[in-house]
Amino acid sequence: MDRLNLYRLMYRIRRFEERVEKLFQAGKIPGFVHLYIGQEAVAVGVLAHRRPGDYLTSTHRGHGHALAAGVDPRAMMAELFGRATGVCRGKGGSMHLFDPDRGMLGANGIVAGGIPIAVGAGLGLRLLGQTGVVFAFFGDGALGRGVLHEGLNLAALWRLPVLFILENNGYASTTAHAESHAFRVEDLVRAYGLPFRQADGQDVEEVYSAVADLLQGVRGEGGPAFLEARTYRFKGHYVGDPERYRSREEVAQARMRDPVSLARQRLLAAGVGEKAIKTLEGEEDALLEEAVTFAELSPWPDPDEALQGLFAEEVRDYPWEG
Amino acid sequence: MGGVREITFAEATREAMEEEMARDRTVFLMGEDIAKQGGIFGQFKGLAERFGRERVRDTPISEPTLVGAALGAALVGARPVLDIHFADFLLLAMDELANQAASLRYMSGGRLKVPLVIRAPDGAIRSAAAHHSKSLEALFLHLPGFKVVAPATPKDAKGLLKAAIRSDDPVLYLEHKALYTRKGPVPEGEVLTPIGRAEVVREGRDVTLVSYSLTLYKALEAARQLEEDGISAEVVDLKTLYPLDWDTLLASAEKTGRMVVAHEAWRFLGPGAEISATLGEKLWNRLQAPVVRVGAAHVPIPFSPPLEERVIPQVADLVRAAKEVLTWR
Repeated sequence: MDRLNLYRLMYRIRRFEERVEKLFQAGKIPGFVHLYIGQEAVAVGVLAHRRPGDYLTSTHRGHGHALAAGVDPRAMMAELFGRATGVCRGKGGSMHLFDPDRGMLGANGIVAGGIPIAVGAGLGLRLLGQTGVVFAFFGDGALGRGVLHEGLNLAALWRLPVLFILENNGYASTTAHAESHAFRVEDLVRAYGLPFRQADGQDVEEVYSAVADLLQGVRGEGGPAFLEARTYRFKGHYVGDPERYRSREEVAQARMRDPVSLARQRLLAAGVGEKAIKTLEGEEDALLEEAVTFAELSPWPDPDEALQGLFAEEVRDYPWEG
Repeated sequence: MGGVREITFAEATREAMEEEMARDRTVFLMGEDIAKQGGIFGQFKGLAERFGRERVRDTPISEPTLVGAALGAALVGARPVLDIHFADFLLLAMDELANQAASLRYMSGGRLKVPLVIRAPDGAIRSAAAHHSKSLEALFLHLPGFKVVAPATPKDAKGLLKAAIRSDDPVLYLEHKALYTRKGPVPEGEVLTPIGRAEVVREGRDVTLVSYSLTLYKALEAARQLEEDGISAEVVDLKTLYPLDWDTLLASAEKTGRMVVAHEAWRFLGPGAEISATLGEKLWNRLQAPVVRVGAAHVPIPFSPPLEERVIPQVADLVRAAKEVLTWR
């Protein structure tokens, strides 16, 4: 476990998103933005185990997963700006980040939308004789979707190399977990026979260790496993969310256990000097500035780009037009 | 070499699967009741024995996850062919079809490749009624990102399935249930039918009947009956519904000046509506009459045989439509 690198990525996600919030409020980022602030330890603790040949699927709150998977912050920021240099050439945006070079099969605007895709990626890897695993991230809202249940069944039945990662932040949009689910997550997972672990999602080292244990089985025998990371999103469901569904006290209480601060304290306790940490933070701050500048200076896509790339080969609806 | 045999539509698709699976290790097949049972129409018989249960997989009844999983496998480099029991059941998986499979390549800025084939038996047959009879092509034609093919003959069934498997894009392969047992000539050896190409299957001068899948045979029968009345009807088999072969359609419309488009999909906003509107826009002063559409009535497909027959286009409906465009002024 490279503690310094875990901290670096958590810090990168936190600063990136704080800046994204400001840029969105300043009108520089179109669309909608769902921040991952407060949940950084989950993406980083899980994806620290990522190897070449592994894949991941993500959610509408996917910035943290993408950055933890190593997606270039410059191309990501440019995508959020809708620029031609974006990681999806401006066709995805915040909720739909893809980067196959990093195994990123997509953030997804549909709750639980990535789950069947992750299961299928696991099947594909198995059939192609490849050794990778698939990390399937989803929130507690996905527990209400049939595809989660179908996906757990199929992955268990076919013993596919998929790690299911439930980021239970307590709310599906504005609805509290207990108001929408009649079952205990552990009971659900046990019913399908998957190894199950629960981890404190604010503690990156605990997440890291839990995943290490679970992955032994997933990489070893190729069967699926399930992690429930208990976490909390410090910000609203989306930027601009009035957050009428929870109290300020509750949020303040949760913020007492800030995963980024906790990881920093751990570094200090482990004997990493303040100076080394500051150096790392300075590097990340510079990278973020570079990403923002890159995005701001990048050109808009040519409007005709909108008509490209639907198919692998060019198809025109009406060949005599334009 | 180069012989031609008469085989059934089901045998032709089974050959296509077998040849593509033998040719390319990354091709695999999954669906309900296909490995042990060989498919409910026998179109997968023997494939599990030859290629094993890894590459020919029986699945649980979980359409959304099956479509999503086939997509996921395609994204990591496999070439899945997913069989859906009945096209009606595609509706269970609309998120995975529309939001995911059709969209991901585009949304990713072209960075993802989606070599996915979904086979779906469609059409009305023997009072299967509303949950097992739908022709849903219009729905999928309306969702950018799918190529949609609907073969009528065993030769094209084989050729289009092979072309679909080799395509790097999501292809919806619609096979009318009444066609599985229909026999036709299929050449020995490689058969490929290009996606996006229609064919004039009967030359004519007076009127063009455009169709595909099972309704093509009704168009051919209508053309035969029209000939008895001294009317020379041209028949075009579309084969691929997206992308449409406009060149063939425009050429035939220029030639006869009178067009009928017939299909089992609902007439209201059906594929014929798009063809009619486009030919109207493009050739309004050269057509001798408005393009007339023949399609299913706007009701779910009913159970009782006379009701089913009333809703689905029949040969007489095509003959009537042809005479209508011929007498229009």
